[in-house]
Amino acid sequence: MTRKRLRRLFDYAMAALALAFCLAVTAGARAQTVELLNVSYDPTRELYRAINAAFAQEWKAKTGKTVTIRQSHGGSGAQARTVIDGLNADVVTLALGGDIDAIAQRTKKIPADWQKRLPNNASPYTSTIVFLVRKGNPKGIKDWGDLAKPGVGVVTPNPKTSGGARWNYLAAWAWAKKANNGDEAKTREYIAALFANVSVLDTGARGATTTFAQRGIGDVLLAWENEAYLVGEEFGAEKFDIVTPSLSILAEPPVSLVDGNVDAKGTREAAQAYLDFLYTPKAQAIIAKHHYRPMKPEAADPKDMAQFKTIDLVTIDKDFGGWTKAQPEHFGDGGTFDQLYKPKR
Amino acid sequence: MSEAALTPSPARPARRAGGARVRGESRLVQAILIAIALVFLLLVLGLPLASVFVEAFRKGWDVYLEGLSDPDALAAVRLTLLVAAIAVPVNVVFGLAAAWCIAKYEFRGKTLLTSLIDLPFSVSPVISGLVYVLLFGAQGWFGPWLKANGVEIIFALPGIVLATIFVTFPFVAREVLPLMQSHGTADEEAALTLGASGWRTFWTITLPNVKWGVLYGVLLCNARAMGEFGAVSVVSGRIRGLTTTMPLHVEILYNEYNTVAAFAVASLLALLALVTLVLKTLLEWRYADHLSANGKH
Repeated sequence: MTRKRLRRLFDYAMAALALAFCLAVTAGARAQTVELLNVSYDPTRELYRAINAAFAQEWKAKTGKTVTIRQSHGGSGAQARTVIDGLNADVVTLALGGDIDAIAQRTKKIPADWQKRLPNNASPYTSTIVFLVRKGNPKGIKDWGDLAKPGVGVVTPNPKTSGGARWNYLAAWAWAKKANNGDEAKTREYIAALFANVSVLDTGARGATTTFAQRGIGDVLLAWENEAYLVGEEFGAEKFDIVTPSLSILAEPPVSLVDGNVDAKGTREAAQAYLDFLYTPKAQAIIAKHHYRPMKPEAADPKDMAQFKTIDLVTIDKDFGGWTKAQPEHFGDGGTFDQLYKPKR
Repeated sequence: MSEAALTPSPARPARRAGGARVRGESRLVQAILIAIALVFLLLVLGLPLASVFVEAFRKGWDVYLEGLSDPDALAAVRLTLLVAAIAVPVNVVFGLAAAWCIAKYEFRGKTLLTSLIDLPFSVSPVISGLVYVLLFGAQGWFGPWLKANGVEIIFALPGIVLATIFVTFPFVAREVLPLMQSHGTADEEAALTLGASGWRTFWTITLPNVKWGVLYGVLLCNARAMGEFGAVSVVSGRIRGLTTTMPLHVEILYNEYNTVAAFAVASLLALLALVTLVLKTLLEWRYADHLSANGKH
């Protein structure tokens, strides 16, 4: 290769670099239409895809403007961490209030009283924790007590990183406490036995589902109710059964505006409208269709409502003193989970 | 398997003396070794590679194309190409500069610089990503200043490019350095004595001598830049259609039970790997002499 040709090659490389730069700049300029970023937890991918399409349509009809909603999904705790580290979320829709509290405390981008700004503890829908077992329930799993029996393989994500896993843990705790008439020592014994049966702790609910359904590990998956139904749809309802325990927990996955970010980006109006939209009958019907329990059941298709069984539900506020108390007590460093979970050697 | 043939043990000298026997045995051992290598390659490389394409085309050509033409998938392809288009040239410039100053000059701390170039190879990619979060994240050292000046690095294109440059920067330098060292400084000294400028010396003497090494480094660097997962996943923020590169998009699709689309995108990455492999083999075959200073081929 002569020197001239090398030079030309160098020129081409520079031209490519310049082109790449221009592309990057135009990509930035395109952001002029309203663009929202919804940072959410793991199992809501399908739900928000449907909600976003419906909202974009409504916003266009109402204001004539185009809105694009970007999604980011992952374990609830991990997602909160990314927002704390600077991910420019307009709204956060996480698995539990504790994770949004963490953003509020560490960044001051969300006011401390965020949960009072929207109806129903800022939760447009609720859900609960159920068991997903293999078809015919070969291990005869009927209630929480059966999970701690020897030889039962339990799959749940890690409560340190996953919101759903924390609801799993607290539901198990509530059942054991009730079954043992409030005896704390026996409750701990049960939790330790339950987690001795857990062989894989995935970081998020979706990972745990894949472990159970696709890789075929374990006898029972502790899952969000919505995720349990979704598995039936994706992998074939004939392969799994859903077991509803005698007692579970009212899981409230809340939503909030990230005030610091929307004010900096000038997207407050659209972001607020997006959150308000979640409470409209239209969105509530979509929510029920995706197996989440809507706040306004009357808006949903009665056929969708028939899937939700009545379960005795404990709540985080009444039975655990809210997330501000439950989070450090059970999931903080040295909390009950750290004390009771011994990884297999 | 006969370990005696693999490592002739001094305890049994009699065996070594029997030449015919050793040769007979070594032929058997040879066959076994080849068989093991082939089976291993088939299981560890061939089967997974085949499964990528089988899964991708499981529901037919149309579904495959549909998976690739999804706007988010296209955005991921675009982002990946853009990141490589920035990271690779930067690393070529850096690699040439680093190799040049190490090979042609004597200075204090040269050994330190040489080993620093290898650092990205020895650090886990997750850490490479996290250090950028610690530096440029909202809670990081420069976070508040960046925020005040409206500069986005983490969870945006610059962060992804930075992380990619970091994990891929040894490739070019590592390929070029041994070539430059083996050529020595005599040619350059001659050129300089004849009155050529430093710039001209570089273009007419140094670069032509190492061009195949540079090309080889670019190839490897590009393959890694497009395939990097760990470091990029830490700084990406996983915003669909905006900050997900192809490897990240594969994971997202897989987690959405969208196996066909996931493997369709994965098949593009696999194709890239195959093309790289072919080009690499061609280079090695055609220009073995020029690359031989590398000592790796």
